[in-house]
Amino acid sequence: MLEVQARHRFTEFELNVDFAASNGITVLFGPSGSGKSTIANLVAGLLRPQDGRVVLGDRVLSDRQHDIWVPPHRRRIGYVFQDARLLPHLTVRKNLLYGRWFAKVRSNPEEFTHVVALLGLQSLLERRPAHLSGGEKQRVAIGRALLSKPDLIIADEPLAALDQARKAEILPYFERLRDEISTPMLYVSHSSSEVSRLASTVVTLSGGRVLQQGDPASVFGDPAILPMGPRGAGSVLDVVVVRQHSDGLTELSAGGQPLFVPHTPHAVGTSVSVRIAAHDVILARKLPEEISALNIVPGVVTQIHKGDGPGAMVALQSQAGRFLARVTQRSVQRLNLAPGTDCFAIIKSVAIAPRDIH
Amino acid sequence: MQNWLSPMEWQAVLISAKVAFWATLAITPMAFLTAYALVRWEFPGKTILNGLAHLPLILPPVVTGYMLLLLFGTQGFIGGWLQDIGIVLAFRWTGAAVAAGVMAFPLMVRALRLSLEAIDIRLEQAAATLGASPIWVFATVTVPLMIPGLLTGTILSFAKALGEFGATITFAANIPGQTQTIPSAIYALLQVPGQEDAAARLVVISVSIALAALFLSEALARRAHKRLEGL
Repeated sequence: MLEVQARHRFTEFELNVDFAASNGITVLFGPSGSGKSTIANLVAGLLRPQDGRVVLGDRVLSDRQHDIWVPPHRRRIGYVFQDARLLPHLTVRKNLLYGRWFAKVRSNPEEFTHVVALLGLQSLLERRPAHLSGGEKQRVAIGRALLSKPDLIIADEPLAALDQARKAEILPYFERLRDEISTPMLYVSHSSSEVSRLASTVVTLSGGRVLQQGDPASVFGDPAILPMGPRGAGSVLDVVVVRQHSDGLTELSAGGQPLFVPHTPHAVGTSVSVRIAAHDVILARKLPEEISALNIVPGVVTQIHKGDGPGAMVALQSQAGRFLARVTQRSVQRLNLAPGTDCFAIIKSVAIAPRDIH
Repeated sequence: MQNWLSPMEWQAVLISAKVAFWATLAITPMAFLTAYALVRWEFPGKTILNGLAHLPLILPPVVTGYMLLLLFGTQGFIGGWLQDIGIVLAFRWTGAAVAAGVMAFPLMVRALRLSLEAIDIRLEQAAATLGASPIWVFATVTVPLMIPGLLTGTILSFAKALGEFGATITFAANIPGQTQTIPSAIYALLQVPGQEDAAARLVVISVSIALAALFLSEALARRAHKRLEGL
């Protein structure tokens, strides 16, 4: 559990935030200049707030009123920087072991093997950072943070400096961290697709202030206070290209669930990700027949959030992954939707544009 | 080698090497501290320290030698005090080492300063988040990343100390077997007609050492660059 209360004034910008982050991945979400990275630096101790306090678990890391200040190296917070920041004079192996050396709790060798396997670093261990690609560097940086045995991991836009293909390469690793490792994470992002894929909790920020905090479905369900507007809400599915059909459609498989989209140039067998905007998803209680939409995905409602307006955001779990559907509150009532309800998500093929597929 | 050089020339080479070695060794920690202070610390009098460190580079060497004589001569401000505890620098090989060290100091500071300025402070922050205290960050990140600059600085300072003439001859004089280094020996040989051959031999040695030092420092810098940048 991380509690942050901080006020910091820069010449043209004032940060004034108060939020808490619990287990899983907490995404700090907002446009650039909203104060996300400043918060990350406050928590890590790289910036000293003019006023406020930061508490991690039972440890007070900084408290201006009581004059408490824990320097960064005693905070036990692993930081994954946007630009990786691997130590250039050390091999990948030594970079990975760097933090472990200072950790009070000695990790066992199995843990090293486990992290190396988790992040697919076996073949890189003896290389130097200068000989790694951007995606490989970022994987090493994640491993290095993990092996320092932190109480919290901060990731400050770890994908922002990577191209689309590399982003698609790294995202699954963060999902594995969320699902396999108990260390909580503060993840800074301005990308709604990262939020929908990773976040257990979202804290939306704008102009140095917290707009809202909650699970992704409820935060995206409130269009009035979403920094990018409701059109930014959507979900991202991992898919494999299965077949190119002669009528111009490409068949994808999302965890075994077939999806038909307009032709994409990706070769058969390649892994890509598809972004599906929440407002492009229709929900039905019964399997529709004689309908033009080609994609009908069975799922279970996990969450419903009603906004201030007429809209509602419904989160679904399906074989294909997590979906967000934006419908009206009237529809929610008419269909009797509630957490646990079985329903079908209907997605028109042509609603998925080539730029949604990476 | 000893047959090729006369005993006087050979002695000059040995004294030069001894003087340059001790001069370089003595100024390395001081130059490191100066460079670190100039790059990383904010303190009053920073401009003055910067000026003082670079003074030997721009003053006529004979002026530097004369100032050393004023300070460290047996009648001098510091020299008198040193004499009381039994240390005499003027007109000894140790004095030649002091003069050579002072003259090489700015070169060493510049090399270290450049390498320190090139270090990305954000790498040190990253090391701190991994649990390294400031001292460990210094020992495991800052110093290793400065090694290319340290090597270049040491080699250039050594070459400079080996060839220093003006300040050395002013402060330590030109006593064969005592304070006569390669350049002061060349100077002495050129004062007497018919000694051009001996002078030429020492000139060849001087030029070879200087070129070797330059090539070596270039090669080391390239290697370090390749290791860190992968180019």
